Amino acid sequence: MSASPATRTTARPAAAVRTGEPTGTDAAYAVQFSGLGRTFAPSPGSRRRTRAATTTSVEVARPVLRDVSISVQPGEVLAILGTSGCGKSTLLRIAGGLDSPSAGSVRIDGSPVTDFDTRCAVGFQEPRLLPWRTVADNVALGLPRGTAREAGRARVAELLELVGLSAFADHRPASISGGMAQRASLARALARNPGVLLLDEPFGALDALTRLKMQDLLLDVHAAAPTTVLLVTHDVDEALQLADRIILLGQEAAPSGGSRPPGATIVQEITVPGTRPRDRGSAELAELRGRLLAGLGIDRHGDPRGVATGTSIPHFPY
Amino acid sequence: MTETLVPSTAPAARRPLTSRRSVRIVGGLLLPLLILLVWQLSSTLGLVTASQLPPPASVWVAAVDLFERGQLTLYVAISTQRVLIGFAIGAALGLAAGALVGLSRAADIFFAPTLGAIRAVPSLAWVPLLIIWLKIGEESKITLIAIGAFFPVYTTVAQALRHVDRQLVEAGRAFGLRGVRLFGAVQLPAVIPSVISGLRLALAQAWLFLVAAELIAASMGLGFLLSDSGNNGRVDRILLAIILLALLGKLTDAILGVFEKWAIKKWA
Ligand SMILES: Nc1ncnc2c1ncn2[C@@H]1O[C@H](COP(=O)(O)OP(=O)(O)O)[C@@H](O)[C@H]1O
Ligand SMILES: [Mg+2]
Repeated sequence: MSASPATRTTARPAAAVRTGEPTGTDAAYAVQFSGLGRTFAPSPGSRRRTRAATTTSVEVARPVLRDVSISVQPGEVLAILGTSGCGKSTLLRIAGGLDSPSAGSVRIDGSPVTDFDTRCAVGFQEPRLLPWRTVADNVALGLPRGTAREAGRARVAELLELVGLSAFADHRPASISGGMAQRASLARALARNPGVLLLDEPFGALDALTRLKMQDLLLDVHAAAPTTVLLVTHDVDEALQLADRIILLGQEAAPSGGSRPPGATIVQEITVPGTRPRDRGSAELAELRGRLLAGLGIDRHGDPRGVATGTSIPHFPY
Repeated sequence: MTETLVPSTAPAARRPLTSRRSVRIVGGLLLPLLILLVWQLSSTLGLVTASQLPPPASVWVAAVDLFERGQLTLYVAISTQRVLIGFAIGAALGLAAGALVGLSRAADIFFAPTLGAIRAVPSLAWVPLLIIWLKIGEESKITLIAIGAFFPVYTTVAQALRHVDRQLVEAGRAFGLRGVRLFGAVQLPAVIPSVISGLRLALAQAWLFLVAAELIAASMGLGFLLSDSGNNGRVDRILLAIILLALLGKLTDAILGVFEKWAIKKWA
């Protein structure tokens, strides 16, 4: 496992969440991005188009991410914020070995990420459930290989109960709502009991109330099995509620007189104060919210309230 | 008018007439019966000579006659057997080749053009070659039928596999599935509906190639009955063979149709 001193050995309060867990990694791994960049080659279609046209700008490969360096500690929850299309999913896919970086590297627990790294579990932005399988069988797909039949069934039932889909265990994905499908997809990722949990906007399709419930659920699950979580979201409040740290991806402001290098990188990094679950109405969080929203290009419609950004409230790693 | 306003009418009564099973069966039988009637009338009214188009009754007599000689059952049995064996072999090979070409880029580049060219060869072009190589035994006919059944399955499977939802395959991979397990869990279920429609096409092709094989080189079977009766001018037997081919083709297709319904319910 990790040699990092931050590996948490705290008591697991919500032990009911993982009764009789037979397999999977009990570890939480460190994830280290160093100088990561990703440039997408121009598609063959666009190249053909530009040959006919006079401009050559489309033919140039497009940098999406550049110089992303951050070290995520074992058991930490890192929220990745950014506007749509800025490369959040790309960053997550690279962390899980679903895509490869054009520059730099990602290491999990000190060793480079392999293709479809088995130390990770992915909750995709789309539910991606197999349409011919029942909800329960889809969740079972996430179970680590070699899980005993009975134990697997119990774990699936437990997870369905957690995400509130017990009554729909035998339904096909086509006959449940989008929000339910996304919860099933979350349950599938949780079933893996991974060392690194990669969640790509896991609550995006949920109605506001279910979203809050699912956020609390994720906190319970994390408290019970403190795995490392990389959570992509476009919801500032969600990030503040769930994360130990938040990074904001975006285009860096151009230096005076210079030109702005293309590709998104980390433009803000915020350590969220306070232990979870956090008071959703806290004034200090409101201040951070304002800063993050400003980073996302949203006018906060108000003045900063003078809350110090350096804080005395304990924060991760506690 | 008033009936539609009464809510207590049975649900079956409110369903459109055309979706009822009995209506569909009776409706489908109307045209064959009409054809039979016109056929009978044109004979009795003397519109055609009996040597050109014998009346339905004499086709029936020909059927009974052949049955009593034991030939009818034999011919039907041997033809069906050839179709089923050839279809099984061709479909199995088509499934394997389609899976290979559909899943592997390399295999696609290497095999697809050649298979496409072989597919373009008209069925009858194989017959002389198969007769020289395999003689006029069962092998040559079954091989020809297998060739006929191979291509629809191969084409539909390869096509369908290329278009399996990439996101689902990626999800399968992300959850640790590889190779055969990935194929069984994601790709195969995703293409089952196309595989079955490929099988139905292949079965139709198998009957087509059966007749091609038996017309030219056979001493038994429905195709032989056709060519033999053609030589003897027995129009009644020709009509009998055609009707039997129609019935057998429809019957085997219906069996696959039932299987298709079941599979789509289970997989789609
Ligand atoms: N496979 C790919 N090929 C080419 N461009 C891609 C590919 N995947 C993502 N992109 C581009 O990278 C950018 C970032 O995409 P993504 O990471 O999905 O953004 P986000 O998740 O932040 O909304 C988008 O402009 C998208 O068009
Ligand atoms: Mg995304």
